[in-house]
Amino acid sequence: MSQSPTNRPVALSTALGAGVRIGLIGGIIAVSIALIGMLQAFATRDIISSVVSMSQILLLITFFGCAYMAVTRSGSTQPIFALITGALTGLVSSVLVVALVGLGSVVRLGDMFINATDQLYELLTFKQGLVTGSLYLMGLGLATGVAAAVIYRLPSKARQPVVTAIVGVVAFGLLQDLIRVTLSVWEALTPALKFLYKANGLSIAGAVTLFVLIAAISYIRATRGNQIQSGLNGLPPASRKTLRWAFILIGIVIVLLLPVFLGLYLSDVLDFVGLYLLMGLGLNIVVGFAGLLDLGYVAFYAIGAYTVGILTSPEHATGIIHNWWLALPFGVLAAVCAGVILGIPVLKMRGDYLAIVTLGFGEIIRLLALSDFLKPWEGGAQGIQGIPSPDIGPIRFVQQQLTLPLLGKLQFTPSQQFFYLFLGGCLLVIFIATRVKGSRLGRAWMAVREDEDVAQAMGINLVATKLMAFGMGASFGGLAGAIFASKLQSVYPHSFNFLVSINVLCIIIIGGMGSIPGVVVGALALVGLPELLREVGDYRYLFYGGVLVVMMLTRPEGLWPEATRRRELHEEAEPAEAGPALAGGTTVK
Amino acid sequence: MRRFFERTSLTDIVMFVIGGSLVALVIIGSAATLISGKYGSREWFNFIVYGVALGGIYAVIAIGYTMVYGILRMINFAHSEVFMSGPLTAYFLADAWGRSGFLDQNPVLGLLVIFALAMAVSTMVAVLLERIAYRPLRFAPRLVPLITAIGASFFLQYFFRGLYGANIKVYPEMAVLKTNVQLGAYSIQYVQILVIVAAAIMMGGLQLFIQNTRTGKAMRAVSEDKQTAALMGIDVDQIIVITFIIGGALAGAAGVLYALMFKQVGFLMGFIPGIKAFTAAVLGGIGNVPGAMVGGLFLGLAESVGPNLFLDGLGIPAPYQLKDAIAFTMLVLVLIFRPTGILGETLAQKKA
Repeated sequence: MSQSPTNRPVALSTALGAGVRIGLIGGIIAVSIALIGMLQAFATRDIISSVVSMSQILLLITFFGCAYMAVTRSGSTQPIFALITGALTGLVSSVLVVALVGLGSVVRLGDMFINATDQLYELLTFKQGLVTGSLYLMGLGLATGVAAAVIYRLPSKARQPVVTAIVGVVAFGLLQDLIRVTLSVWEALTPALKFLYKANGLSIAGAVTLFVLIAAISYIRATRGNQIQSGLNGLPPASRKTLRWAFILIGIVIVLLLPVFLGLYLSDVLDFVGLYLLMGLGLNIVVGFAGLLDLGYVAFYAIGAYTVGILTSPEHATGIIHNWWLALPFGVLAAVCAGVILGIPVLKMRGDYLAIVTLGFGEIIRLLALSDFLKPWEGGAQGIQGIPSPDIGPIRFVQQQLTLPLLGKLQFTPSQQFFYLFLGGCLLVIFIATRVKGSRLGRAWMAVREDEDVAQAMGINLVATKLMAFGMGASFGGLAGAIFASKLQSVYPHSFNFLVSINVLCIIIIGGMGSIPGVVVGALALVGLPELLREVGDYRYLFYGGVLVVMMLTRPEGLWPEATRRRELHEEAEPAEAGPALAGGTTVK
Repeated sequence: MRRFFERTSLTDIVMFVIGGSLVALVIIGSAATLISGKYGSREWFNFIVYGVALGGIYAVIAIGYTMVYGILRMINFAHSEVFMSGPLTAYFLADAWGRSGFLDQNPVLGLLVIFALAMAVSTMVAVLLERIAYRPLRFAPRLVPLITAIGASFFLQYFFRGLYGANIKVYPEMAVLKTNVQLGAYSIQYVQILVIVAAAIMMGGLQLFIQNTRTGKAMRAVSEDKQTAALMGIDVDQIIVITFIIGGALAGAAGVLYALMFKQVGFLMGFIPGIKAFTAAVLGGIGNVPGAMVGGLFLGLAESVGPNLFLDGLGIPAPYQLKDAIAFTMLVLVLIFRPTGILGETLAQKKA
């Protein structure tokens, strides 16, 4: 764009137009966030103790994101126009929020919008009253907009460390519980923790230190990263091998000791991650490998859990097996049978129909479990109780005291012990899935996924291939259900609603369909993170839904896509070595 | 004979065994109930009227699914939330008027305004959905828009939960609607008459619109072939927006009918009716507007009469708990035996 004087008014009006338009969108988003109560829910958690709370960060991110987008969109080459666009966007957004507060002070919005309370208005006006608070808010919007424009104009060498550092500080603030609990195991770190954190959130000094530290690391990585990489590559192969093994060993030790570091609550979270990881890997075979969209995956999970429950519960006449391990194969087998039986009628259906039929199947299973009709066997709404723990001879899943070298005496609760069961299950399933993926069957699945007709023409037996996908996917679900039943020691129909299927589906889509490390990343991000931020609680599915839509619009291949799919979508050459090396790293995570 | 054996594979046999045994169970159960004479003609009449009213609601929702499917070839999974958003928003108006007595003094005007509000909100949600979530994905692989729709559905559900709270809201009782009309020995509630008549008017109007207006013709052309329609000078984007507007408005109206019939609204109210309406659309033959109407009625009747007719006869306790299971089972059966639906338009591979 040339900057001749006649162009100026045009550039100015584009800058203003982009500012107002995107500012309005930002304002609507901010008002919606306020009205659905996210701000109030997040106000209790401070990122920087008594300076910035999570809800303020949320507002700032909205303003900042919109201003940044406006600056990018308007594409003005002159700094002054970028500044104008950014400032205007921030201002317009904040004015809409101010309008909400103003409207709220005149009309009783609370009658309709449950979250439009005085508390919300106080939050939005920083407890400064309507007029002063509004000025504060507009000033904040303006400043954020200007900041977005400035960051946009920075050279990328400076921009990247600054953005990384801001994200890092926020992450440290958000994950304060996790970091504190984990690091408090080592007493040597207590002073550092005390310096970083106050009772609620980061201390100011801590936040500044973190900011500088992360920015410095990021800067060094950006400028010197290649040197380190080439230094590593320059090592003789033998020592490179030892280095890699050393990392893997450290990883294994950390994973094995995880429940010890994490304590009771976080171990429970980890168990849930494991549970969803198992289901995710199973559904990944059906959806990711074979491309059959299954929305009723919860059915197999339920069948696994109920079979084990019916077979082992002492309250049942059928509870003839008293050892969980002996009942486990039956649970898995029942799930496989259900998978194949469901698979037969839907063999000829594609895409959308398949999705809706499997959804119906999942609901039928839940309705049957809930009904009075099958109450004598499945217990109706009361479910089945008294499912035994997976004891192996002397190893019993009860509260135990252990003495470990270096760490001293420890309480070892069942949830911490179940971690190892989940870990074992996940490793087994990951192993199977990885091996199958490269096999003849796995390649047949992918051929079916890409084009059914061509696959059939190439001599792939569609019936057998699809049924194998359903059966194997179901078996992992059944395994997850069996372990879940034992962990809870009971099964209820309410644990098996449609939301579970959606949860699992989200995991594999966010992670990257068909990618095994992707499933791990997805399970950690979607099951682990919301549990760490308990404020998210009610907004979990809002967040899931939004992430699904945004993901499909912007990055349909997922966070950690399969190498082939990534190459398909982004043509540029990728280092061939990166794939397997990274994949090795995730099992350690 | 030999060729018959060559053509049918093991899976076909298994499918027919599953389907056949289900049909046999239905026949045996129905016969047992009818012989036992547990229900008199008055009960059956009530079941049928209830079924027709329910079916009318399903049919009106199903139109939204079937029209979008006809044009975009995707299940608009978030249509159930379009259905929910209208009546949930209009509840606040209905509640305020119910309290002040306005609704009982001017029932016609009051109801009309409530309908208008609900339809406006639902339409807005549907149009925004199309603009933000679906339009950028029009040429994406098939799974992508479907997953987007599922995501949008959850987003909307929990967005409205955040806005209006998670509690179930009770629509005001209107004295007029509660009274019964006597038809000889039988009686019908006014609500049911209102629902049936309103659904019939909407469906008839839509049918006229699609068959007789220029826009309707354009819609049919777009659903036949988008590229060719565009070559003929039809603005495909605009037609798609109109489709979403019609679907949204009908869903909003159906939502108010549902709220008047069942009195309760909440952020999760869309899920089950949404699935059933989709089932109705498939039953009638997806992409086919009269099919959606027939499918809706059929499903409504199956759901109201079915549990008493055949499940009762099989000696299943509390058969009403399984009425949703009936709907899903019927969906599976239809897709097995007649994937093109009752009024099946030729559903070539291109469409299915």
